[in-house]
Amino acid sequence: MSILSEVPQVKPRREVLDHAVIRFAGDSGDGMQITGSQFTNTVALYGNDIATFPDYPAEIRAPAGTLPGVSGFQLHFSSDDVYTAGDACDVLIAMNPAALKMNVADLKPNGILIVNSDAFTETDLRKAQATSNPLEDHSLDKFRLFSVELERLTKRALEHLGLDAKSMSRCKNFFALGMCYWLYNRSMDSTVRWIEDKFKNKPLLAEANKLAMKAGYSYCEATEAFQISYEIPPAQLSPGLYRNLSGNQALALGFVTASQKCGLRLFQGSYPITPASDILHELSQYKDFGVMTFQAEDEIAAITSAIGAAYAGALAITTTSGPGMALKTEAIGLAVAVELPLVICDIQRGGPSTGLPTKTEQADLLQALFGRNSEAPVPVIAAATPADCFWAAIEACRIAVKYMVPVILLSDGYLANGAEPWRIPSLDEIPAFPVKFATERNSPERYLPYKRDPKTLARPWAVPGTPGLEHRIGGLEKQDVTGNINYEPLNHENMVRIRAAKVAAVAQDVPDAIPAGDQSGDLLIVAWGSTHGSITAAVKSQRAQGRKIGHVHLRHLNPLPPNLGEVMRRYKKILVPELNMGQLLWVLRAKFLVDAIGLNKIQGRPFKQMELEQKIEEVLQ
Amino acid sequence: MSTATLPPPLTKKDFQTDQEVRWCPGCGDYAILSAVQSVFPELGIKRENFVVISGIGCSSRFPYYMNTFGFHTIHGRAPAIATGLKAIRPDLEVWVATGDGDALSIGGNHTIHMLRRNVGLKVLLFNNRIYGLTKGQYSPTSEVGKKAKSTPFGSLDRPFNPISLAIGAEATFVARSVDVFQQHLKETLKHAAAHKGSAFIEILQNCNIFNDGAWFSLTEKDARSEHVLQLEHGKPMIFGKNRDKGIRQKADGDIEVVQLGNGVTEADLLVHDAHHPRAYYAFLLSHMEHRPGFPTPVGVLRSWEDAPRYEDVMNAQINEIIAKRGPGDLAKLLRAGDTWQVK
Repeated sequence: MSILSEVPQVKPRREVLDHAVIRFAGDSGDGMQITGSQFTNTVALYGNDIATFPDYPAEIRAPAGTLPGVSGFQLHFSSDDVYTAGDACDVLIAMNPAALKMNVADLKPNGILIVNSDAFTETDLRKAQATSNPLEDHSLDKFRLFSVELERLTKRALEHLGLDAKSMSRCKNFFALGMCYWLYNRSMDSTVRWIEDKFKNKPLLAEANKLAMKAGYSYCEATEAFQISYEIPPAQLSPGLYRNLSGNQALALGFVTASQKCGLRLFQGSYPITPASDILHELSQYKDFGVMTFQAEDEIAAITSAIGAAYAGALAITTTSGPGMALKTEAIGLAVAVELPLVICDIQRGGPSTGLPTKTEQADLLQALFGRNSEAPVPVIAAATPADCFWAAIEACRIAVKYMVPVILLSDGYLANGAEPWRIPSLDEIPAFPVKFATERNSPERYLPYKRDPKTLARPWAVPGTPGLEHRIGGLEKQDVTGNINYEPLNHENMVRIRAAKVAAVAQDVPDAIPAGDQSGDLLIVAWGSTHGSITAAVKSQRAQGRKIGHVHLRHLNPLPPNLGEVMRRYKKILVPELNMGQLLWVLRAKFLVDAIGLNKIQGRPFKQMELEQKIEEVLQ
Repeated sequence: MSTATLPPPLTKKDFQTDQEVRWCPGCGDYAILSAVQSVFPELGIKRENFVVISGIGCSSRFPYYMNTFGFHTIHGRAPAIATGLKAIRPDLEVWVATGDGDALSIGGNHTIHMLRRNVGLKVLLFNNRIYGLTKGQYSPTSEVGKKAKSTPFGSLDRPFNPISLAIGAEATFVARSVDVFQQHLKETLKHAAAHKGSAFIEILQNCNIFNDGAWFSLTEKDARSEHVLQLEHGKPMIFGKNRDKGIRQKADGDIEVVQLGNGVTEADLLVHDAHHPRAYYAFLLSHMEHRPGFPTPVGVLRSWEDAPRYEDVMNAQINEIIAKRGPGDLAKLLRAGDTWQVK
C-alpha cells in the first residue's frame, strides 16, 4: 500500500494507555458481533474492566453492503473503572463503505481506522450511497487510515485448505480480529479455544478461522503496519473470581439462583421477542436445575401459563419486551387480583408499536407503573448494569413470593446485550428466602384464601393437591379473608385499598436512598436503569471539577425509597436524565411536588457522558 | 390398612359449594353442573386433586360451584393457565369449563395449541351458539344469518364446527353430548376422564334467555331419534325413530345415509371405530350434520391414546437431563465459561 511504503521502517513502539474504545463495524453477515465478543472476552480475561455496546439492525440480513445492514460492536476497556461503552472510538474497523459511513463520525480525530479496501469497488460504494470513494477523496485525512485488503489476504492465507471462496471470505473478520490482537498486544488463546469448541464438528472451518486470525496477527508483525502498539494494564477490580456477563445472561442466572434460594421450581413462560429472547435461550439450557421453559403460542399464553405455574406452586416468570408487555396487561391484572407471585421482565426497546426492536429505550416505566385497567398497582424494580441484572432478578423473586404479588422487572436493550465483568458471588453471599405453602386450615370451618399476614398483607399460598384447602380464586371482586365473590361498594373500596397497601408495604424491604457523590449540594441526579454507567462517569468528572453533585440511582421504582423526598430537599436542583420523554420526572414531580428538570434522549441509544456533562454544566450555570 | 380407617367414599354433595348458583333459571348449565358433580365422586380421585379452571362467560362461573380447587381466570385463557398448572403438577386432575365464545373466539389460539400439544386437560365446551353474559350477541358457532343484538340484519360469518376444529388441531379425544341427555352426558364425561391426553367435549347447551331452542331439533322428544346418531365404539351406525336408518361407507371412502331393508342390513353399515388412528375418519363423521339428510353425531368421535401428554414429555426431558448430567450445581453454573481471578 502506498500509504505504508512511504513510512520509514522502524521497530514498532509500544505505548501504555489507561483505556481504549474500539468498534467493529460491518455488514450484518460479516460476523461483527462474534468478533466483538471475542475481543471483549480476551481483554476481560486479561483483567481489564469493560463495557460493551452491541448495535445491530432489526433485519437479520438486510441487503449486503447497504446502510441498513450495518452491524456494530463497541467495546470500552480500561485499566481503570469503566462505566460506559465510550462516547467516541479510538479504533474503528470498517468492513465496507456502508459500515464506514455509518460509524466514522464516532471516530476520534487521529483515531485508527482499519478498512477492508477490497470492499470499496464501485458497486460497494453505490450500495452505501457514497458519491466518491472515501479512501481516495481525502475525507478521511484526519484519521490514521489503514487500508487493508482483508478479502485477498484472508484468501491467500487459506487457499491451501481447499475451501470454497465464500467460506474463505467469511473468515475475514477473524483476520481483522488477529490484527486487533496484535495492536493491543493480546493473546489469541481464548479465541482459539472458542473456535475449536464452536467448530468441533467442522474441523476444516475451525482451521480456517484460526489461520485467518493468525494471518491477521502475523500481517501486522511482518508489515509493521501500525508502527505502534498499545498496552492497557489490568484494572484494579475488587478481589475475586470474575467472568464476563451480559444483562440477559445475568437475568437467567439470577432466576436460577432465586429458584434454588427459595426452594421452588423455576417456570418460564415466554414468547420470542427481541431483545428478550436470549433469556429463554439461556434458561432452556438449565434443565438440570429442574428449570421448566415453555415457549408459548403467544405473549398472553406466555404469562397465563406462568400464572398457572405460580398457582401450582412454582417460581414463575415471564420475559418479554414492550409490545409483549402490552399484550400481557390483562393477565398482570389477574395476577394482581388473585394475588399470586409472578415476575414479569420487560426488556425495553424503542417504540411505540414494533418501533426499534434492537435499540434501547426506557419508555415503558409508566406502562409498568400504571398500564393496567383500574387500580392495579405492582412493585416495579429496575436493573442498573448488565451484571446488576443478576441481583435484580433475585430481588424481584424475593418480593413476589414474600408479598404474593406480581413484580415487574425492567431492563432494556442496552443492558440485555451489553456486558461487563462480574465478580462471581459465593452462594453464601446470597440470602435464602424459603417459601412455606399453606398446609393447614386457617379457620375451623373452612380454608380462608384471603386471610392475610398482618405484616406483609400477603395471603397464604395453598397449592392444588393440598387436602382440606380446596378453595376458589378468580378475577371477580372478592371479599377479603373468605375470597367469596362480592360486589358491594364498600367491599370493593376496601379491596382496592388493601391491594394498594400491600404494594406500599414492600417499602419495608426498600433500603433508603443514599446518594453517590455529595450528600447535599447544588445538584441531585435521580435516575434509574441502564443510564447508571454514563451518569456515574459524568458525575465523577463533574465532581472532579469541583461541582457538588449527588446521584441517586433507583432500584425500586414502586414503592420508592421511603427517604427519597427528604434526600431531594438537600440539593438546590434536581436533574432526571432518561431515555424517554420524562417518565420518572413526571412521577417525581407528581409525587413530591419538586421542580425537577429532565434530560431526555429518545434516539434508541444510550446517553453519552458528554451529553450529561453538558446538561449538568448548563443546569448549574 | 383396615377398611374401617378408609375415608368414606365421596358423594355428589362433597363437590357442591356453599355459593349460590347464579345462572338463569332454566339454563342448561345446571344440568351440566349436576352431571359433573355426579361423575367426579365416581372417578376414584381425591377431592383435593381436582382443579377446575375457567375463562369468562356464563359457563366460566363453573369453578365457583365446584368444591374443588378452582380458578376463574380471564377471557379465553383457561387452557394456557391450565397448561402451566399441568406442567408443574401432572398428577392433578384438571378440568376446563369454557364456552363457544371463550374457547373458539377470544381463546381460539390457546384451544388449538392445547390440543396439538395434547395437554392432559378435560375441556367442557358449553356450546349455546350465543353470547349470554354480554346479553345476546351472535357467537362463532351461530348459524349464518343469526339475528342477534349486534347483528339486527343477520350475521354474515360462517360458524365453526367445534368438533371439526378440535379434530383439525389433532385432538386425541373428541366427544359431543347434550345438556339434557343426562345419562349420555355422564357416560361421555367418564370416557373423557379415562383419557390421558387432551379430552375435548362439546356439550350442546340451551340458553333459554338469548337463544332458546338452539338445539331443539336434537333435543325435542320427537326429533331426537330422527336427528341424532349415537356413536358407540364397535357398533354399527344406526339412527331413526324406528332404528331403520344407518350410515354406510361408499367405495370412494365417503359416507351415505341408507334405509335399512330391501337387502340393506346392519352388516352393511359402518361400524364406529373411536380408536381409528387417522383423524380424517372422525373429521368425516363430524361433518355429517352439515349434509342434507344426515343426523348429528353424539358420543365419542375420537379417542386415540397413542400420543404422549405434553406435561409428561416436558417432565421426562428434564428428568433425563438430570439423570445424564446429575442435578445442577449452582456454584458451578455461576462460574461457567471463561473466568479470571483478581487478587
